[in-house]
Amino acid sequence: MHIHFLDPFREGDSPVHSLDPRVKFILVVSFIFTTSLTPTGAWPVYLLLLSLVLSVEVGSGLGIGYVLKRALLALPFVLAAVPLVLTLPGDPLFTFTLGSLTVTITQPGVERFLSIAFKSWISVQAAILLASTTSFPDLLTAMRAVKIPSLLVSIFGLMWRYLFVLADEALRLLRARQARSGQTDRPGLKPGGSLSWRGRVAGGMAGSLFLRAFERSDRIYMAMVARGYDGEVRSTPLPALQPGSKLLLSASLLLFLVLLAAAILFWS
Amino acid sequence: MLYAPTPMHIPDGFLSIPVSLVMWCISLVVIGVAVRRVGRELGERQVPLMGVLAAAIFAGQMLNFTVAGGTSGHLMGAAIATILLGPWAAVLVLTTVVGVQALIFQDGGLVALGANIFNMGVVGVAVSYFVYQTVRKIAGGRTWGIFAGGFLAAWFSIVIASLAVALELALSGTSPANIAIPTMAGIHALIGIGEGLITLGALSFIYASRRDLLTSGQSNTANNLSVWVGGLVIAISLAVLAPLASAQPDGLEWVAEQRGFLDLAQNPVFNIIPDYVFPGISNEALATIIAGIIGALLVFSVAVGLAYARRRS
Repeated sequence: MHIHFLDPFREGDSPVHSLDPRVKFILVVSFIFTTSLTPTGAWPVYLLLLSLVLSVEVGSGLGIGYVLKRALLALPFVLAAVPLVLTLPGDPLFTFTLGSLTVTITQPGVERFLSIAFKSWISVQAAILLASTTSFPDLLTAMRAVKIPSLLVSIFGLMWRYLFVLADEALRLLRARQARSGQTDRPGLKPGGSLSWRGRVAGGMAGSLFLRAFERSDRIYMAMVARGYDGEVRSTPLPALQPGSKLLLSASLLLFLVLLAAAILFWS
Repeated sequence: MLYAPTPMHIPDGFLSIPVSLVMWCISLVVIGVAVRRVGRELGERQVPLMGVLAAAIFAGQMLNFTVAGGTSGHLMGAAIATILLGPWAAVLVLTTVVGVQALIFQDGGLVALGANIFNMGVVGVAVSYFVYQTVRKIAGGRTWGIFAGGFLAAWFSIVIASLAVALELALSGTSPANIAIPTMAGIHALIGIGEGLITLGALSFIYASRRDLLTSGQSNTANNLSVWVGGLVIAISLAVLAPLASAQPDGLEWVAEQRGFLDLAQNPVFNIIPDYVFPGISNEALATIIAGIIGALLVFSVAVGLAYARRRS
């Protein structure tokens, strides 16, 4: 079994796929930025942002279902904002008693909570769109274009290249442990050993994974040197932006700005 | 699902823009220093070593072990990376890991990425380094220092980083401080044990097969004094700030006062973490700070005392 299913990139020939990765990257980041800046309770603006991201999902050929399913991944964190419902001062929406406690749910609390949940839901969808329609080398190009240090970009690139190799290695370690019944999925059957023993086994696996990675990095370095690597990170110059991409970029940024201005004017 | 997100990665929408930007600035400065320092130490080996080790940390986060009742222990990896690579290289490795998690797997947001890098890459690494080096100094070259230091570094890195997460959420008005901080600290005090056990296991494996990785490279601690001090400052200030923030009479306590059931709030539900107020001091904020410092000193002196007792025997 290989771990390629980890890669979220979905091949396609939609206009979203073929959009310049730099433009896509900047647009997604500024979209998330806009969403974050939109004040609490600006529901019409939220709906506009949502419809924007949904229409791009449809246009990308990924399908809304695919994106929404992946978006569930970020859901558990919403729990962190739940207490707001109870603690934000304001008009009580309703009150109920829980044992000896009186719990009051306030209206601003609910509004703030729903805003946070909605915002993070929209933002995650935008990020999924970026990752699913852009291949990793294209993302690296975009990172270079926004002036992330080239050294960091090449570390990113090398990590991605070996991520699947090492993830496969981790899978093999997990399978070997399972074969030796260190862990079982069958209910009622206790996994072997005490907690600290199980921790030590998992730790041994991690330790051997790191040692193999160390040795592998040595071999990679030798291979790179043999091919003329001298510590300098060289990359091809970035091609100029197409006029169409430029137009799209500035039009979208303007749209975000207008949305944001409207949201701040009317709802803050 | 093999790839399980940890409750440590903040998604977009949860942090206010000022908090996000400040965290980005701090992280960028630290990354900049790290790139320079690591470049000087490793030279041209830097790219392959950092890249492959970041991939290893990422893959290592898939390794889990059952704890109890369907929960499992995972590895975050800040402590093990710091111990094996030194603090600056660990910053770069964790930045890469957290960056790829956000960019590709939506584990943590893009605008919130600066804060996530700060929590795991800066706080996690600095605290790990501080704890590990301190315990090793106390152990005075004995082997148990590596293991005790590794376990404690892992535990503290997780707990202090979770305090940073809770404080950022509280500052953004996303989560009331008096609930978020005790909850995050409580959950991560448990998660930290899992992290500590895996780190301990990994260290004992590496100690058995490649002892040189753990015993060499300890001589240049003087170079990293700033990291040691940074870790100390971060650990102490977060340990003080967190209870201070959670003792402010906002959130639940505000509601409690308004409704006049402050007495009721003394019941066990809200008493999981007491109020951190020191008796006999009327100024609440001052009392909280003093209580925080005393708590931190207590924990630290117990740890040091235990270490000395073991050293003598």
